[in-house]
Amino acid sequence: MPVHVTLPAALLPLFPGAPRELELEAATVAEAMDALEARWPGMRDRLCDSSPAIRRHINVFVEGRRGALETALPPGSRLFIITAISGG
Amino acid sequence: MAQQTMLLIGTRKGLFIADSANRSDWALRGPYCETWPVNHAIADPKTGTIYAGGGNEWFGPAVWKSTDQGKSWTHSSAGLSYGEGEPPIKAVWSLALGPDGALYAGVDPAGLFRSTDGGESWEHVPGLRDHPTRPHWMPGGAGLILHSLLVHPEDPNRLWVGISSAGVFYSGDGGKSWEPRNKGTRADYNPEDQRYPEFGQCVHSLVMAAGAPDILYQQNHCGMYRSEDGGQSWTSIEQGLPSSFGFPAAAHPRETGTLFLLPLNGDIAGRYVPDAKVAVYRSRDGGRNWQALRAGLPQENAFVGVLRQALTTDRQSPAGIYFGTSGGQLYASPDEGENWRCVAPHLPVIVSLETLSLDG
Repeated sequence: MPVHVTLPAALLPLFPGAPRELELEAATVAEAMDALEARWPGMRDRLCDSSPAIRRHINVFVEGRRGALETALPPGSRLFIITAISGG
Repeated sequence: MAQQTMLLIGTRKGLFIADSANRSDWALRGPYCETWPVNHAIADPKTGTIYAGGGNEWFGPAVWKSTDQGKSWTHSSAGLSYGEGEPPIKAVWSLALGPDGALYAGVDPAGLFRSTDGGESWEHVPGLRDHPTRPHWMPGGAGLILHSLLVHPEDPNRLWVGISSAGVFYSGDGGKSWEPRNKGTRADYNPEDQRYPEFGQCVHSLVMAAGAPDILYQQNHCGMYRSEDGGQSWTSIEQGLPSSFGFPAAAHPRETGTLFLLPLNGDIAGRYVPDAKVAVYRSRDGGRNWQALRAGLPQENAFVGVLRQALTTDRQSPAGIYFGTSGGQLYASPDEGENWRCVAPHLPVIVSLETLSLDG
């Protein structure tokens, strides 16, 4: 059963054709990043740094709770990837 | 032949481009690069390809690329990493093309990357970060940034970098090994007996004289300097200038001894132009004598600064000189600084300027 993913609006212009919402197969947030990278090469670099970790000003929520790369994605769960408050 | 001049304006809110056929009337377009902060943009004079380096607080560092003079853009940071467990790269700060076509990127935290496929992918040049002094490098006000990047115009193995505030470093072997080149430059912020260290100087801008790659100029946090031996030793050229502080420097495109600076009033005096009057200073004899150029520039209540990469020249004759303020005003002179005009008054913070001249 796929996972429902919502991408940050500010990410979409960087990857022409990427939709705001999509479904993919992944058991963890890290696997979801792999799946996004496979569809849109370079997308993982925009969301994750080399630590490896989710970037400091990006937040991921799994079923409404703040998550990290290792967070499990139960079948059918919702993964929200959003931009945190930042900038000036 | 008539030439079209393209001005690449890196700002905190994207890259802008100003175009002119006569260097008098300018048309502004942008912002490009999805309004990401763009710290430096350059154009390849052979192909017209534009590269813009920057970093976004959300999405990290990238080098943007346009092969159609800014109409469309791609971006990449493939390989732009020190690897797992190492500090993530925040932003790209400087770009330079070598005579062999290699593209270099200097980043924050300070390090050097090279691309041999036109910015599609990057490889770390590890020799610089492997330098034994690196654990002692201290960040400047803008971070530990590699902001100045020079490649010898004929020998791609000879590289100079300027890092705030680690100083100037040189490699003669394509980046495998590096040596500090700061002899004669001061670090006034150190204790009195440690003001001429081997490294740790706060270089602000490093430029190369036209046609004489061993003649370098630098604007430092603590003085202005000339070197005639590729940076092995430096001589102060402060005399005749209103202060020893400033950020940018620009070398004339053809005249070896002609240099442009934009001194600010001092590091603890507010860092705006002296007496709130804007002036570009020009020397035609390697920094021995200086002339203030003010015609057309604000001479009252101008509390503005100009950042380290925000003063540049074009390649035409007479040379055009350009600077952008941290308040977002862009000024242009078509005649080597004799006369100035504000050509864009309301841009975001201007971080860098470069030009491209195209045969029209």
